[in-house]
Amino acid sequence: MTLLEFSRGPMLHAALVIFVFGVLWRLTTVLLLGWRKHYSEARNPTARAVTGGLIAVGNRSWPHPEFIGRTAFGEAVGYGYHIGLFAIVLLGAPHVVFWKNLFGINASWWYTLPSGIISVISIVTIFLMLIATIRRMRHPPLRRISNFDDWFSLVILYVLMISGVMAVFGIGGRYEIILAIHIISFNALLIWFPFSKLMHAFYIFPSRFINGYMHEKKGAAS
Amino acid sequence: MSNQDHKHRPTIGQILDENGVGRRRFLKYCAGITALMAMPPGMTAAFAQQLRAARRPTIIYMPFQECTGCLESLTRSFAPTLESLIFDTISLDYNHTLQAAAGHAAEEARHEAMKQAWGEYILICDGSIPTGLNGQYGASAGHSFIDQLKEAAEGAAAIVAVGACASFGGVGAAYPNPTGAVGVSSIIKDRPIINVPGCPPIPEVMTGTLVSFLASGVPELDDQLRPKAFFGNTIHDRCYRRRFYDRGLFAESFDDEGARNGWCLYKLGCRGPTTYNACATIKWNGGTSWPVESGHGCLGCSEPKFWDQGGFYEPVTSKLFRDNGQIAGAAAAGVAVGAVAALAARARKNKLAGKTDQEKSS
Repeated sequence: MTLLEFSRGPMLHAALVIFVFGVLWRLTTVLLLGWRKHYSEARNPTARAVTGGLIAVGNRSWPHPEFIGRTAFGEAVGYGYHIGLFAIVLLGAPHVVFWKNLFGINASWWYTLPSGIISVISIVTIFLMLIATIRRMRHPPLRRISNFDDWFSLVILYVLMISGVMAVFGIGGRYEIILAIHIISFNALLIWFPFSKLMHAFYIFPSRFINGYMHEKKGAAS
Repeated sequence: MSNQDHKHRPTIGQILDENGVGRRRFLKYCAGITALMAMPPGMTAAFAQQLRAARRPTIIYMPFQECTGCLESLTRSFAPTLESLIFDTISLDYNHTLQAAAGHAAEEARHEAMKQAWGEYILICDGSIPTGLNGQYGASAGHSFIDQLKEAAEGAAAIVAVGACASFGGVGAAYPNPTGAVGVSSIIKDRPIINVPGCPPIPEVMTGTLVSFLASGVPELDDQLRPKAFFGNTIHDRCYRRRFYDRGLFAESFDDEGARNGWCLYKLGCRGPTTYNACATIKWNGGTSWPVESGHGCLGCSEPKFWDQGGFYEPVTSKLFRDNGQIAGAAAAGVAVGAVAALAARARKNKLAGKTDQEKSS
């Protein structure tokens, strides 16, 4: 069995099994933990609370006006590489082909970007990731709240991104080896995902929503 | 002719002179070979000199578990043609498809040729070698293919494995490989082996490899023992449709607008990105066309285990596993474990809350 066969075959299968198991385990646990009981009458009706939740999702996804001077750069870099990652994964032709094959769908409407544009986005994304990493290393509070979880996720992401660019540009060795490394790093990401801070991908918007919702409801009705 | 006599065989140059082959024609022939191998034009003269000085070698062509497709392909070589190869450059002393002799006479001729050129002949192998049941799946003249290969390899100066089967086992070794088929390099370890894979290989790559071996010995090989001159680049790197890949223009089916416009066949399963071969540059039938130019994706036939890389119409990044409910099982298990963990956490929380209430009341 070649490295590429291994990466596309048993390793990908095992990674998907672990990913699905881990994500559902963590989501189910959080969903079934239950809510704290409120003894007072809700301050606002449910419809208002839902609106409050949605507003919180939007508000908290944007720098707070008071701190914008200090946080805007970090947030811009963060948004930049997240958008880059999503564009590469969801609009790069080889990736779209991979998703279609994995899910067994035809989806002829699924638009793909020219590989030249994807290549530019990839290089910009790696550059933004580098800035984010340096910032994490140099910014005292960020450095103190970073642990193995953050650094390991970054290592996997770097390997994934750099091997992808190398495969596209045909540098660093034989294509099938680079492609295998790219797929293996993706598999590693799938395996690591449920047990790491990468789960923020699933938690981030629901948790913001719940926070906003609870804030609208709690307190005494006047 | 004894082995000693064989060493005094005429050189290729002497044979060409005897047959009245002019210098111009010979140089043209060498220029064709060096061009095929992407050697710089300045190398042609040196190549011609080395080839002229080489002694005309004995070739033993051994067929094993094969379909004769590789030989069919070899007979369609244009530069050099098989006829010119046989008459001018090599002495094809055994090939049971092309030779007139058959049965015991053919086997005797092979043994005689091997004896005379012991240690110096080139062994060409065609087809995979079945190893199951001690090699009983394939036999000829009362001997298993394994024994025949070992016997012939012992006296060979080098072995050229032509075709995907002789190189890597090919279709014979495809899952579930009932005969235990393998390529030559899995059995023979002590002789130089040059793999010329393909299903079939490009004829000019076969003849070019042979002639280059005569002129300058074993060429530079890659990790799959293939001559780098022919197998150094991927089909994708040299494909004339590459520019459509770079622009994101793909055929989605074999009869859509993309296919009619000649766009990239990546989405239709073309294995060009992971296949090393010279189809895109040398082409087939004297440079007439090649599979991708004809509108079909590359099958990756010069790569090991190309039959077992998923469907021929699935992209090179497609999954290579069959899910028999494992992912659904993992989902159910994840939900179950999550529910148990949550219930345990709630029970613990309630217990702690109860304890606190008790402490307060006491």
